[in-house]
Amino acid sequence: MATAAVRTTPFHSRTAALVRGHTWRHWAGYVVPASYDLIHDLEYAAIRGTAGLIDVTPLYKYRIHGRGAGALLDRVVTRDVARSKVGQVLYTPWCDPEGKVLDDGTVTRLEEDLFRLTSAHPNLRWLHQNAVGMDVVIEDETYDTAALSLQGPAARQILNAVADRDLTKLKFFRAAEASLGAIPATVTRTGYTGDLGYEIWVANDRAEALWDLLIAAGEPHGLLPTGLMAMDVARIEAGLILIDVDYVSARRALIERQKSSPFELGLGWTVARDKAPFVGQRALERERAAGSGWALHGLVVDWDALEELYADVGLPPQLPAAPWRASAPVYVGGRQVGYATSGCWSPLLKKSLALAHLEALHAAPGTQVEIEVTVEHRRRRALATVAKTPFFDPERKRG
Amino acid sequence: MSYDVIVLGSGPEELVAAACLAGEGWSVLVVEAGPAIGGTAASEELLPGFRVDPVHGDAGFLDPRVLRQLELDRHGLALLAPDPVLAVPAERGGPLVFWRDAARTRASIEDRSARDAGRWESFAERMEAFARILEEVAARPAPRPAGPLRDLAPFLGLGRKVRGLGRDDMTELFRVLPLPAYDLLDDTFEDELLKGALGALSVRGLFQGPRAQGTALVLLHHLVGSPTGCFGTRTVVRGGVGALVEALAAAARGRGVELRVDADVERIGVERGRATVVELADGSQLSARSVLSGMGPARTLLDLAGPTWLDPDFVHALRQIRFRGGYARIHLALSEAPRFDGLAEPAAGTIVLAPSLDHVERAFDDAKHGEASERPVLEARIPSLADPSLAPGGRHVMSVDARFVPVDGREGSTGLRGSAAGDELADRAVALLAESAPNLRGAILARKVLLPADMETRYGLYGGDPYQGELALDQLLFMRPVPGWSGYRTPIGGLYLCGNGTHPAGAITGASGRLAASAVLADLEGQA
Amino acid sequence: MQIARVWDAIVIGGGHNGLVCAAYLARAGQKVLVLERRPVLGGAAVTEEIFPGFKFSVFSYVVSLLRPEIIRDLDLPGHGLHIVPLESTFNPLPDGDYLATWADPEETRRELYRHSPRDADAMQEFGRLMQRMAMAVKPLLATEPPDPASLHPRALLAMGRIGKHFRDLGEKDLHALFKLMTMSSADYLREWFESEALVAAKSASGIIGTFLGPRSPGTAYVLLHHYMGEIDGVFRAWGFARGGTGAVSESIASAARGFGAEIRTDAAAASVIVKDGRAVGVALENGDELRARTVISGLDPRRTFLELVEPVDLPSDLVAAVERFRFRGSSGKVNLALSELPDFTALPGVGPHLKGAMAIAPSVDYLERAYDDAKYGDFSRRPFMDIVIPSMIDPTMAPPGKHVMSIFVQYAPYHRNGGWDDQSREAFGDAVVDTLAEYAPNIRSAILHRQVITPADIEAVTGLSEGNIFQGELALSQLFFLRPSPAWADHRTPVRGYYQCGSGTHPGGGIMGASGRLAAKAVVADGGR
Repeated sequence: MATAAVRTTPFHSRTAALVRGHTWRHWAGYVVPASYDLIHDLEYAAIRGTAGLIDVTPLYKYRIHGRGAGALLDRVVTRDVARSKVGQVLYTPWCDPEGKVLDDGTVTRLEEDLFRLTSAHPNLRWLHQNAVGMDVVIEDETYDTAALSLQGPAARQILNAVADRDLTKLKFFRAAEASLGAIPATVTRTGYTGDLGYEIWVANDRAEALWDLLIAAGEPHGLLPTGLMAMDVARIEAGLILIDVDYVSARRALIERQKSSPFELGLGWTVARDKAPFVGQRALERERAAGSGWALHGLVVDWDALEELYADVGLPPQLPAAPWRASAPVYVGGRQVGYATSGCWSPLLKKSLALAHLEALHAAPGTQVEIEVTVEHRRRRALATVAKTPFFDPERKRG
Repeated sequence: MSYDVIVLGSGPEELVAAACLAGEGWSVLVVEAGPAIGGTAASEELLPGFRVDPVHGDAGFLDPRVLRQLELDRHGLALLAPDPVLAVPAERGGPLVFWRDAARTRASIEDRSARDAGRWESFAERMEAFARILEEVAARPAPRPAGPLRDLAPFLGLGRKVRGLGRDDMTELFRVLPLPAYDLLDDTFEDELLKGALGALSVRGLFQGPRAQGTALVLLHHLVGSPTGCFGTRTVVRGGVGALVEALAAAARGRGVELRVDADVERIGVERGRATVVELADGSQLSARSVLSGMGPARTLLDLAGPTWLDPDFVHALRQIRFRGGYARIHLALSEAPRFDGLAEPAAGTIVLAPSLDHVERAFDDAKHGEASERPVLEARIPSLADPSLAPGGRHVMSVDARFVPVDGREGSTGLRGSAAGDELADRAVALLAESAPNLRGAILARKVLLPADMETRYGLYGGDPYQGELALDQLLFMRPVPGWSGYRTPIGGLYLCGNGTHPAGAITGASGRLAASAVLADLEGQA
Repeated sequence: MQIARVWDAIVIGGGHNGLVCAAYLARAGQKVLVLERRPVLGGAAVTEEIFPGFKFSVFSYVVSLLRPEIIRDLDLPGHGLHIVPLESTFNPLPDGDYLATWADPEETRRELYRHSPRDADAMQEFGRLMQRMAMAVKPLLATEPPDPASLHPRALLAMGRIGKHFRDLGEKDLHALFKLMTMSSADYLREWFESEALVAAKSASGIIGTFLGPRSPGTAYVLLHHYMGEIDGVFRAWGFARGGTGAVSESIASAARGFGAEIRTDAAAASVIVKDGRAVGVALENGDELRARTVISGLDPRRTFLELVEPVDLPSDLVAAVERFRFRGSSGKVNLALSELPDFTALPGVGPHLKGAMAIAPSVDYLERAYDDAKYGDFSRRPFMDIVIPSMIDPTMAPPGKHVMSIFVQYAPYHRNGGWDDQSREAFGDAVVDTLAEYAPNIRSAILHRQVITPADIEAVTGLSEGNIFQGELALSQLFFLRPSPAWADHRTPVRGYYQCGSGTHPGGGIMGASGRLAAKAVVADGGR
């Protein structure tokens, strides 16, 4: 055979040695650790208490440069790229012409005419299709660039310990070039945990050195290699949506009702007003004016209700060990008004949380709803309250 | 300066549209990039006094409604009816000659094959009945099968006409529409010369051989507006297509249209999704409530208006339009009319050299593999036979289409470029013609060869394609110019399309101009 | 002397469609007899031990579209059917590289990315569109085509339903479908992909069984077939039947017998006995006459209408339509018994690529040149080949350690200049082996036995007119209500009690069985009228 069936990331030599229980997960054609230990609790605790180091290399990464680079991105994404400053990172979705979300990711303005776009699905063809007539070069650096996510309260100290410059001043959603050890890297103050954190982008051939450097520097701070399961808990607490789980890309949807607009995903704030024309703009302006049929919000399941349901069958509440990704119907007054797409038990908040699509009428925070739970093989409904996300939003995230 | 409508281009369709709009009282400006009104349809002089139509082979099928409405006869338009309509010299046996008189055609076929002659009339009648159906379709905006039901209402009448064909012809119509001309002709006839000649007509406007599905439709398409069995004939205007343009221009001026030549459009300015300004190469800006462009869908939308306001899938669709001219036009100034062996009378109509269906197919094979045809399919006209005004003192002009020349469908023509390649193909074409008209070679006073590359650079025709989009099944009707946008409007407000790149296409008809004008009018009146 | 027994239904031809029809009729309680001319059942879907120890799916080589409802309704797995999916495709290229696709989409993406990063993106979107298109077309496969010329309320209603079905797709999908139905596969694929190898590999599937090239309009819609399976819950549409395609026929036959049908081999039907415009039985070539209330022909339209019955019993327009119906067999088959597996220069050694479909289709131009040879009456000097090695999946097909290779070859025109004889057959076989050897040089020495089948052989052995494997070209002018003829596309014929169930009827093509099932439905619905 000429090729292996799955890709491994440039960190694989390091991570493979640490994964104790064959707990791997497939992500965009790669395998990466789902957890290093059999139970991910300590890894989660690291994200919220010390720091976790997560291999996020499988993200798709595009380097976009040339005179028309900003114009291309402005044409594609919903946020206003023209008004972004060098060193700024934008989180943004992008849409099809009908204003339905294709993907979401970040746009980093590295220089006036140089950007990096990250995404969850491949977007090379889409970028090219939008670049017709533009003076722009699109390079796919997905397979040349390695990425680590350093997340948690101690992330700043660890990073400063290895960086050639003080990154304390690097603000939330800002980027900087820095040498870590002697490794040239781009550091962005971003992450998928809703905590203080950074993502570090380096060339593949420097990946192992970067890993070793951070692990050594992080050791005194309690840094732990962390897998996707722990990150999943953190991102639900932070109310961050996940493609293929919380929404279906309009590109992959087979029917209309599988698609969502940014407004319907709680991303209305990303749809810039008064910006250059972008794909889906007309449809989104119409939706903004007319209102959306759906909204995405958090749900907090009422503990007493849950306890009671289990008590009925003589059990204490059974909590899922891992974050879940099954669709759970949500009801108001016996009628289904939505569905939850992912959820978890928050070890920190001591709450059962979910992210749910709700009909707009029943989406106001504070609304009492019921969510389906399976208690001892029987479908039951537990009381839950619509809540604003993030569920957990520490000061240190932005501070 | 500000106008209600600015029309880009001054070809027949654009002039018809301009005249229709001005006739309703709107202020209309027509801008033409070239020095003469008509654009690709303006006639040119090959030598002093020798006038040819550089791009258009004929005046198509002029919609009688347009002729009447614009009173073109009052503006100097005279129609001619050359006879015979089609002549096919033969290496063996008598030549094949199609006349306006069906009995004479039959007699000519009879000389070659009694069986074919016996089948000719019913074939010709059936094809004519089918062409009548297509004629109905060409006179209306293309039906949108998934559009609002009320838009389909006008086609109920058409549906009745289809049913009116009777069971046999109706089901035959369904069979024939997607059929290769090869099969249609091979099912019906045995004479290779007859099949070859009709096969040659079935690939006009297509970069395909006669074995391709859809070629039977093209054969029918070119029959629209012709008398029964007069394959290969179209409207012929005294003075050529150039004279048609002059009559249309006169009609337009008479209705108050302003015509401006040497006005090359640089850009169509779009604000908030609406076309508002036309910017000329000299920097001047003209504002308009509506812009109607006959400059081709891809050129208008991608080059002039730019993709900013267009959705990427629409842009993708525009870029997928296949422009495949695929033939060279050779214009000749002649000291005397060529005399074709076996033809008793001068060939006033079309002369076709394509001795068999396989000959046509092989000519295409060469181009398919990137070479100009070794033995091209030739379609020639000597318009000065019926219209002596085109050449001085008993001399003649002749225009020959030589198929095929390789083209790359999307990004313009590749393959043959430059005069050497053009000369080589022209030499081959002349040599082939000279095989049956030995006096041709000595009669040539001047020669001009237009390759697809020339048609593109000189006349702005993408891919050297005068049809502005291959006449393939997937690029006709509601699929033309791009799927879902057959109604002459574009995603940019106030910007409209007409011309060959839009429905009905395939010939000068005036229909796209008339129908596009209706769309512009409806919107202007809606705003008023 | 036969006891004068009257059958409810006699099916002429024990091909897969005939057997499916018989099984459904027997299941509906009818007394059914199937007559097969050959000693083996299956028509073109047969497994035969051509060389000692080496078994071949002699003609038809893969199971593409056998309808899942047929597998369920007839419980074919209970009668021994086991279809194993063909997981991968592998196309060696002249420059020493190759193009492969694998069962896992991410793995395929990686492979495509090697050839063109943009194409890797495009493939997923393309697959999604094809899936939607397959959903749009699928209902038509299970629908009797209405007669468009009929003013009968039932026909009008059916036309209306079809019209509504298409309108309900929405404009975008309808346009996409229209393009798919009318374009050439090469043009259609170039709208999506830039890699020549990929366009060629995919467009090759559009020409299988046709007398068309990849640049011929009308070849694009065949691309859909690959996605039909997906919407039926079979994730990969192409598969091997364990025991060869004959095992498919055997399992259907076994199901039919289980429902009480009788099946006779070596029983060639000579004609359908028609009395007063009604089919009343079948005359065999041995002179026997069998009585039946219903006769169903599984043969192709030419044999069904021009040979089994007298044209005088038929309307002249039907006779004319059938005379005009195009067969033009275009493919041949080379079956090889191998001492060892082929070793492809592009991907040496034994790997998973040998378990899937392999094809020699390196460029659109290559395929067009192959077509050009056939257009003018000769077999392709360098042909398109679709290759499988059934013994990789089912080792019982060959002696231990040895293999059988099935090579579907195009083009081999039925109407070859000078006709087909032993010499031209072997020359054709040589062209195939020589071409394959360019990619897998060890093949020559690995060949133990070789069977070469021309379209003339297909016709002679299976009775398929002009060797057309689909019982008539799958071209737009021969599909849906035009298959085989308007007004007679609903599996009925002008002769009362006489039906047609071969793949020359709607929807036709491949080992699908849908024609047989629809025909049985028509017979049952008519209730012996």
